Amino acid sequence: MAERSPLSLWRRFLALPNDSRGKTLGVAFLVALISALGVSVTSVLLEPRQQAHLDAAREAKLAGMIAALPGLGDLLRETGAETLEAVLVDLASGTIRQDADPHSYDFLAAQSDAARITALSPEQDIAGIARRPDLAPAYLLRGRDGLALVVLPVYGAGYQSTIRAYLALAADLTTIAGLSIYEQGETPGLGARITDPGWQALWSGKQAVDASGEIVIAVVRGGATGLREIDGISGATRSSMGVARLVQFWLGPDGFGPFLAALRSGEER
Amino acid sequence: MSKRALHHLTAPLIDGNPITLQILGICSALAVTTSMATALTMSLALTVVLTTASALISLVRHHLPNAIRLVVQITIIASLVIVADQILRAYAFEMSQRLSVFVGLIVTNCIVLGRAETFAMRNPVWPSVLDGLGNGLGYSLVLMLVAAIREGLGAGALFGVQLLPLASSGGWFQPLGFMLLAPSAFFIIGLLIWAIRTRRPEQVEPDEFPLRERSGGDRP
Repeated sequence: MAERSPLSLWRRFLALPNDSRGKTLGVAFLVALISALGVSVTSVLLEPRQQAHLDAAREAKLAGMIAALPGLGDLLRETGAETLEAVLVDLASGTIRQDADPHSYDFLAAQSDAARITALSPEQDIAGIARRPDLAPAYLLRGRDGLALVVLPVYGAGYQSTIRAYLALAADLTTIAGLSIYEQGETPGLGARITDPGWQALWSGKQAVDASGEIVIAVVRGGATGLREIDGISGATRSSMGVARLVQFWLGPDGFGPFLAALRSGEER
Repeated sequence: MSKRALHHLTAPLIDGNPITLQILGICSALAVTTSMATALTMSLALTVVLTTASALISLVRHHLPNAIRLVVQITIIASLVIVADQILRAYAFEMSQRLSVFVGLIVTNCIVLGRAETFAMRNPVWPSVLDGLGNGLGYSLVLMLVAAIREGLGAGALFGVQLLPLASSGGWFQPLGFMLLAPSAFFIIGLLIWAIRTRRPEQVEPDEFPLRERSGGDRP
């Protein structure tokens, strides 16, 4: 039965007139099959390598954040933690979302995605952001003795720009471990002085929240006293007030408040 | 290599250059030429895709039903581009991040489909490979030239190596920020086309819509 052998079938297929229906379908099928095979094989073979690169890029981003927060590098060494663990927080309920990957979550894009934001009323909106994404990333540092540090991405309106910063809270979740402003467009020489390391260092060690959960941190005009007040920058009142308000907002009930409460009560530790 | 075969390889370098004569592949030529490194990577990716696509399409040219000819060509090209993109992502991650979508957009680069349709469909495999390679090199040549001008004047560097001391770090060279913007590539490619066509007037296209000599009488 030479006619039934695969080779002769193949020859007969090739000998079909090019515009016959059988050949058109056959060629389309074969080209699709071979192309799909080629693409799938490459992508499966190269996937581990690509993933390694993506992981490295993420590590670099976290390393940048660690470098931006003063003293965080030392803390990492002291607590014996390798790196920060990223989680995705449902801001309304304060729970950690397990069904989404915090690394692939684009916080910046979510801030303007109508499907994933909650509008804020003027009373709620002390940070001047008008709306808030439903999900936000947070970074936890777990050392030998449990939770050592929580890093929250925060942002809000300054005098003329959106100020973006990382706010680190110490293990008691009431003391500010550090504030690092990494993006702002305030007036150079005036408002832009909120990025002065000296001023940002004032925030470290201050009490942000009191025992009852009330937010007590504030920026005052000159003569700051105690653990709850920070001197504003003269000539940069609106900008430094903006920083205070965005910290107050993101620690508050419409920001990370529910999440921090859950952390304190031990639910999400 | 016979003289005829060599012609397939060398003709697209200047005489039939895909960018300066056929004005194809302009989009990527604008986008990736801010630095030599990105331009080189893009050139390599396009040359490899173009050569392989020409070879494969030439290989199956006798059995391509006319009705699905373009679909098959695009499928082959798209698969090759995806493979090239995946390889870049695995072995040159930084570079693939900088090139962003432009490697993927090789699919829509008219040079590839153009060579497939006009050359590989009508010629045996070896000349098609040479033609693909030649066009790829012609594209690369223009890209490298534009990138050298843009990176050289825009940042005072080539391949990221600082050649001219920048004014911001104590030197004398004030970089031309304009060179790093897309319109500068338009001007450079335009000047390049002008220069080539001045030297080789046979490349000048006939006027498609010549202005009519206006005589005084028939004005409305």
